[in-house]
Amino acid sequence: MSTEFRIDVQKALGKTEVRAHFRKAMDTLMTNRRNQFPDDAALQALRHQAQAIRANALSKLPELLEQLEAKLTAKGVQVHWAETTDEANQIVLSIMQKHQAKSIIKGKSMVSEEMGLNHFLEAQGIEALESDLGEFIIQLDGETPSHIIMPAIHKSKEQISQLFHDKFPDIPYTENVDELTASARRILRDKFYTASVGLSGVNFAVAETGTLCLVENEGNGRMSTTVPPVHIAVTGIEKVVEKLSDIPPLLSILPRSATGQPITTYFNMISGPRQADEKDGPTEVHLVLLDNGRSNIYSDPELLATLRCIRCGACINHCPVYVRIGGHSYGTVYPGPIGTILEPQKQGLKVHGELIQASSLCGACGEVCPVRIPIPNIINRLRYDSVRKDTEHTPTFDAGTKRKPLEAAIWQGWSWSASHPSLYNFGGTVATQLRGLVPNKVGAWTNVRTAPQLADKTLHQQLKALGVDHE
Amino acid sequence: MKPDTIYFFGTCLIDLIYPQAGVSAVQLLQREGVKVIYPQAQTCCGQPAWNSGYRDEARKVARAQIKLFPKDLPIVIPSGSCAGMMKTHYPELFKGEADEAEALQVANRVYEFTEFLVDVLQVDLKDFGEPVAVAVHTSCSARREMGVADKIEQLLGQLSKVEVKEQAYKAECCGFGGTFAVKQPEISAAMVADKILHLRATGATQLVSQDCGCLLNISGAFAYQANHEGKTAPKAQHIAEFLWDRTQAAEEMKS
Ligand code: SF4
Repeated sequence: MSTEFRIDVQKALGKTEVRAHFRKAMDTLMTNRRNQFPDDAALQALRHQAQAIRANALSKLPELLEQLEAKLTAKGVQVHWAETTDEANQIVLSIMQKHQAKSIIKGKSMVSEEMGLNHFLEAQGIEALESDLGEFIIQLDGETPSHIIMPAIHKSKEQISQLFHDKFPDIPYTENVDELTASARRILRDKFYTASVGLSGVNFAVAETGTLCLVENEGNGRMSTTVPPVHIAVTGIEKVVEKLSDIPPLLSILPRSATGQPITTYFNMISGPRQADEKDGPTEVHLVLLDNGRSNIYSDPELLATLRCIRCGACINHCPVYVRIGGHSYGTVYPGPIGTILEPQKQGLKVHGELIQASSLCGACGEVCPVRIPIPNIINRLRYDSVRKDTEHTPTFDAGTKRKPLEAAIWQGWSWSASHPSLYNFGGTVATQLRGLVPNKVGAWTNVRTAPQLADKTLHQQLKALGVDHE
Repeated sequence: MKPDTIYFFGTCLIDLIYPQAGVSAVQLLQREGVKVIYPQAQTCCGQPAWNSGYRDEARKVARAQIKLFPKDLPIVIPSGSCAGMMKTHYPELFKGEADEAEALQVANRVYEFTEFLVDVLQVDLKDFGEPVAVAVHTSCSARREMGVADKIEQLLGQLSKVEVKEQAYKAECCGFGGTFAVKQPEISAAMVADKILHLRATGATQLVSQDCGCLLNISGAFAYQANHEGKTAPKAQHIAEFLWDRTQAAEEMKS
């Protein structure tokens, strides 16, 4: 029986051109990253440092969030807390309503994707316009991001050219990337001047100084946060760091891990609304801090590591599964390895539990993660949570719901015979037992491979015959 | 200092499907003057259940294994995957258990086979085989859990008539992943299809690996294409078997 996920995967695997496109894009990203870290010892030292910074912040999370709120409030930033995405959407809406705003211009924000903000606002008659080029493209086509830092990575140049031509018939058809970018800039420029609210995400929020840091390449983040009179920043509660001096190491490792750039074109440090003696900037700045399952993850000492993530996308770029099935097959906001650990924790194992099976546990993700999140170990832990009986010992939503009587019985049988060596007749018992685990017995293995052949004599028998000592 | 005695843990895949790899590994160790103990009560390291989330079941099997290595001797395992299970995951599996110390004791004595040959025994191999072009597939666990990715090449580098051919995407997973291959067969199939494409492109007639899980997957896919599409299939062997076959002639000639 094929699940919905497996059906999507099969479709994605059949799209040869898209797959070739992903392969090429991921190869470039991997090469770029490698070139940024010629000295492995230096890279490992920086990864340890970045991990320590993020782990330190999480260890003091409640205090740091309070400090952040106090600092920001003192500078005139209005801080809002949202436990759910619904609450976060309502907060944004009420700010919009207060200003009678009919449109919002957005810089790139994965948290706003998590909130489903665009759809929510559109239902309220408010236009939400993406200003990041990649986000702009997929918004034109009514799609969702297929990658957390390159949302339109699944689209070819030709598809984008055609899309622009279809949506803006005045613009002559061109495959010239610079011309396409220039067209998008022209369209967006007007919107920046007319929108009364701008929205952005946050990469790091510094508790010590009350500074919201934003990393970007196109300048649209700076426009969204400075041109409209009101700026709303949305972010997850885990994005806080303790000190301003924590920023340089993170800023050093983030773009190099993500796109292989030494640094991004823009780095914005937002510290409040326009002051009396200042000539520009928004007159109102809001920060929405979203929980959406994060404190639940926070309550477990092992799962907590998930929250160290700085959303660089390196794990995605290096994932042999992602490169073949693409971002949309995951059916989640965050795809790839980070999505595989984050989404089932945020939304529960019933909805996204299958993702944790879509990993060969090869470890490529954990190897490149700049904050050293042990992604394969967390996948393993979630597999445990999904079938464990003592569900009161884990905060994971829907723990134990993937435990199926037949599968459990097979593992129990296996466990029993493999711990009773005198009964352990491999050729007979175990191979037969394990065969029962194959979901659709016909074809799963042998569609593309020959069936394994059991040897005539086991190693046990052969070494015994050779007189090898057994104790 | 070279140990004079070691424990050998053969792994369930070798026991069942590739016993010749285990026999070759034992013979190589013995030829280096090391006495090999093979506890006959050994079964499986417990990894299949561990990776499927069945930790209690995995622990029960693992517990039966750790009792088999009472003496303070190295435990040599011809698999990066099973070695990785014992070395890196037993500490987690036994955390807070009464026999945690015993499990740690075992974990600390674990060596992957090629690592043991290179780093501990510092073997010096002589090649008596025919010239051959070889491709190496290093398992993800040998590469990332055990950190022994370069050992096979170091051993092959000692063999004068072996030419190592490097495939594209060398460090990428072959798509085996234990239960992954049966739970997500489509993704696994796409991965192994690419792996054999890149391996075949090297022109190597021989494939070696330190892990029989990968070999089962890759050679199974090669054989399938040989049967159905008439394509060539490089000979796939565990590194122990390959080394024994090529270097044993030296011993015979000496005597
Ligand atoms: S998990 Fe690590 S590699 Fe993946 S996006 Fe987060 S920080 Fe980057």
